[in-house]
Amino acid sequence: MDILNILFPLLVLGAIGLIFGLVLGFVGKKFAVEADERVEKVRQCLGGANCGACGFAGCDAFAEAVVAGRAPVNGCTPGGNATAKAIGEIMGLEAGTLEPVVARVRCSGNCDNMVVRYEYKGMESCRAAAAIAGGPKACHFACVGLGDCRKACKFDAIVIENGVARIDPNRCTGCGMCEAACPRQIIHLLPRSQTILVACRNKAIGRIARLQCRTACVACGRCVKQCPSEAIAVVDGVAQIDETKCTRCGACVPACPMHCIHNLFEENLA
Amino acid sequence: MTEFWSEAAKVLLFMVSCVLTNNFIFSRFLGCCPFLGVSNRVETAFGMGMAVTFVMALASLFTYIVYTWVLVPLNLSYLSTISFILIIASLVQVVEMFLKKSAPALYGALGIYLPLITTNCAVLGVCILNIGGPTTVAGMTIEYNLIYSVLNGVFGALGFLLAIVLMAGVRERLETADIPAPLRGFPSSLIIAGLMSIAFMGFKGLV
Repeated sequence: MDILNILFPLLVLGAIGLIFGLVLGFVGKKFAVEADERVEKVRQCLGGANCGACGFAGCDAFAEAVVAGRAPVNGCTPGGNATAKAIGEIMGLEAGTLEPVVARVRCSGNCDNMVVRYEYKGMESCRAAAAIAGGPKACHFACVGLGDCRKACKFDAIVIENGVARIDPNRCTGCGMCEAACPRQIIHLLPRSQTILVACRNKAIGRIARLQCRTACVACGRCVKQCPSEAIAVVDGVAQIDETKCTRCGACVPACPMHCIHNLFEENLA
Repeated sequence: MTEFWSEAAKVLLFMVSCVLTNNFIFSRFLGCCPFLGVSNRVETAFGMGMAVTFVMALASLFTYIVYTWVLVPLNLSYLSTISFILIIASLVQVVEMFLKKSAPALYGALGIYLPLITTNCAVLGVCILNIGGPTTVAGMTIEYNLIYSVLNGVFGALGFLLAIVLMAGVRERLETADIPAPLRGFPSSLIIAGLMSIAFMGFKGLV
């Protein structure tokens, strides 16, 4: 009898629990939310830096958008071809090949080469400094050198060296956040194979450009004449290389009297 | 006929007393956790109130059935609390699954407070009040039978809904107000809750 006093309540409570459990199981089946397991798989392929290069709020949002068909499978620039291929396999789509890109700074006006008009002691922001009488450097097209791009970079690829941003091509993933952050628009995403770079965006006429900076493009056109494949043209007072025509022969590099055409071949190898 | 009308009047008075005079939050001080936790936005407060209403209505129904027709006949009324919690927990699970499926935005907004309805003392409170003997409304004695138990659950929950939506309305308006720094956030909310409780005491003479 005593043991029944214990067992009986247990049984009753167990029975009540069983009934409610069965109802719950039934409701759970009925209201099951089908989670697409592809979202999680796509997310696994992504870096997780939430850099925003894809145009979505982060890697999670991008993964959801890819599965929903709102984003291309090769939308993750930092991930490059390997990520695009992996996501393409999950989604059953052909990723296509992406030309890997890298951000390049088109300015060589460091503190040795550039005339500095005033000493800037304001907040550490290129955008703020550039708004004060056109910035401390004489050239209004030059790198301000206060590191807006460095703050924007999620991959620690940018350092400010002697007043000019320098991007480590081995760390750069080509996400383009620095390109958007630069108030002077001197950071451009270029194909990684494009190793010849005109490191100047000074559009002023040659005489003025020469006075502002020792390494400014003065639009003399000597590189244009030296180029065997007609890839260089002077546009808006600055030499520009058409990377589809350029054979990376490097003939323009020694021809430049201002030394503002750089051969980055060795840097790329590093 | 007069018997019907007197009964109808009794039901009506009982409903009013549940919502206003015996308000779960302001006069019984039950369910204060979600009342302070989920009253930032009127929209989420309303969703919380509806979820609690659903749980309280069904909980008062099922607990009354289980207590009256299972536990009492078997002389197991001492198991009331544990079996009530079992019932409430299952109902909250149902609500959670339902919201996850049909209103994911509300599900996200309620967050942790949704499973916490399980431990919302207003829900267990109404179940225990329903089995705790008769109550008096406007001089009339009300014996909690099945109908009055469910009415107590539904209208008690509607009182909770009213309180939490009013609170959310006040807090939304105060969001941009220039409140002294030490009183910002929860301190001012507690003061508001106290003032609202005093205001609801004004309904005491109503029923």
